[in-house]
Amino acid sequence: METEVTRMQAEDYSLFYGQFKALNKINIKIPANRVTAFIGPSGCGKSTFLRSFNRMNDLIPSVTTTGTVYLDGKDVGKQDVVELRRKVGMVFQRPNPFPKSIFDNVAYGPRLHGTKNKSDLAVLVEKSLRRSALWDEVKDDLQKSGMSLSGGQQQRLCIARAIAVNPEVILMDEPASALDPVATLKIEELMNELKNKYTIAIVTHNMQQAGRVSDYTAFMLTDENRSGNLIEFGATKQIFTTPSDSRTEDYISGRFG
Amino acid sequence: MTSGTRRTGLEKIMKTVLLISALASVLIVLLIFVFTLKEAMPAFREIGVWKMLSGTTWRPGNGEFGILAMIAGSGLVTLGAIIIGVPLALGTAVFLSEIAPEWIVRVVRPSIELLAGIPSVVYGLFGMVIIVPLVRMIPAPGNAGFGLLSASIVLAVMVLPTIANISEFAIRSVPRGYKEGSLALGATKWETISRVMIPAARPGIISAVVLGLGRALGETIAMIMVIGNSVILPTAMTDNPLSIFLSRARTLTGNIAVEISYATGVHESALFATGVVLFILIMLVNSSARFLLKKGAQ
Ligand SMILES: Nc1ncnc2c1ncn2[C@@H]1O[C@H](COP(=O)(O)OP(=O)(O)OP(=O)(O)O)[C@@H](O)[C@H]1O
Ligand SMILES: [Mg+2]
Repeated sequence: METEVTRMQAEDYSLFYGQFKALNKINIKIPANRVTAFIGPSGCGKSTFLRSFNRMNDLIPSVTTTGTVYLDGKDVGKQDVVELRRKVGMVFQRPNPFPKSIFDNVAYGPRLHGTKNKSDLAVLVEKSLRRSALWDEVKDDLQKSGMSLSGGQQQRLCIARAIAVNPEVILMDEPASALDPVATLKIEELMNELKNKYTIAIVTHNMQQAGRVSDYTAFMLTDENRSGNLIEFGATKQIFTTPSDSRTEDYISGRFG
Repeated sequence: MTSGTRRTGLEKIMKTVLLISALASVLIVLLIFVFTLKEAMPAFREIGVWKMLSGTTWRPGNGEFGILAMIAGSGLVTLGAIIIGVPLALGTAVFLSEIAPEWIVRVVRPSIELLAGIPSVVYGLFGMVIIVPLVRMIPAPGNAGFGLLSASIVLAVMVLPTIANISEFAIRSVPRGYKEGSLALGATKWETISRVMIPAARPGIISAVVLGLGRALGETIAMIMVIGNSVILPTAMTDNPLSIFLSRARTLTGNIAVEISYATGVHESALFATGVVLFILIMLVNSSARFLLKKGAQ
């Protein structure tokens, strides 16, 4: 842990929905080029916390925060949100391709950020689709609507779309929860590939999945005020075998949550 | 009778009732069309369909019944209303659905609904008192203020509520995921609206525009009050082709309303024929819109 490079970090970070404190003073360092899993019972603030890294919570007017979230040592709150979101991509729980062609879905981000040249775009689209392990299945008809793909393919399309803008971090909020086991396995394999290039933070309810894909695991839990707290964070192996907090052990062994 | 058969019996009756109500509107449309057509037949027979459609002079006293000028008048004023009204309505819809804070929405939306409730004749008065004098200030020979431009502006305001309301609904119905997906890729709010939200809402926006078109083609009294009503084929009044909109004109609807009270014989029948043409025009607009909708959905 000490030898890891920190990509993202939260420091005494609290978040409120109006009066309700959803996250309570969270401190964590997300290591670069690793998969970090967030686990914990429903409502403990995993999604809320993940959305803090790319400031998606800005969309909710009632949200206020204290403390700081950093990307590469810089306060994300002080960065241009457009540039931040280019660097910190997101894959959602429900696959959400745009009602556009496969090509246009992947090219959407690069076009926004200034890649206009047709052949550059074509190269980028192919590269992203290859990296998200979708290329072989769609290469014959990139003009087909992204919505016509299966759920698992759609999710890989969304990953390709996120990769296409060359982010540093990819946030995934239960990316496989709407998928069947085969598609889930594909996504998991993909994460293993992707961490060579990207830092990945994933929320999952599936303990086996967390165990399989992640290098580090963060366990969150609500306190008596229903605020989300980070209970324990460490190497996945250690969290799953010798957790230092009894609540982590209870949760992982399925005794509550 | 067991309760089961009584319930299936009721089911059958309900089905029939619903079917009849649905058929009633079809029947009424058919009846209106057939009777208008029947009244129009003498004119079509005596003057000739093509001669009516292509004729540019309308002089009932002389037995000349060309309605091309009115077709052009209706077409141009509707075009003008759409050119002015659609951006305005779309802007309103985007503003209300995506940008305006809640309290502004609560003020603006009822005022737009109020706009929809104002009687046509009041729009006509507003046009005569406000729009016509303003348009008259445009320096061009023969510009009297009354004409296509004034009529288009009035009509644009009249179709605004329809188009804005339905478009706003269409934009609000776009799945949240599209918007979040776009923003998460680093798109700005405006890029998200123009590249994802509006394209996704396009089918709804097209239906909104078509409903607006239908309303515009059918508008009568407000048009009579501001368009000048001269039966002339509109032409540009200066070197600028846009000055065609300063020309006076008459709409198909206006033609009927102005003359029906005293028309007799072929003249009267020719006015019914005008109605038939209007009917078909509106049908064409609607079906082409449905075609566009289907194409957009694919
Ligand atoms: N937009 C919102 N407004 C108000 N409260 C919210 C909002 N979104 C989430 N919350 C509250 O914040 C807390 C954390 O929610 P969050 O969705 O982050 O939990 P989660 O750990 O992702 O749960 P799950 O595992 O069910 O997805 C919950 O109590 C929830 O009710
Ligand atoms: Mg969640």
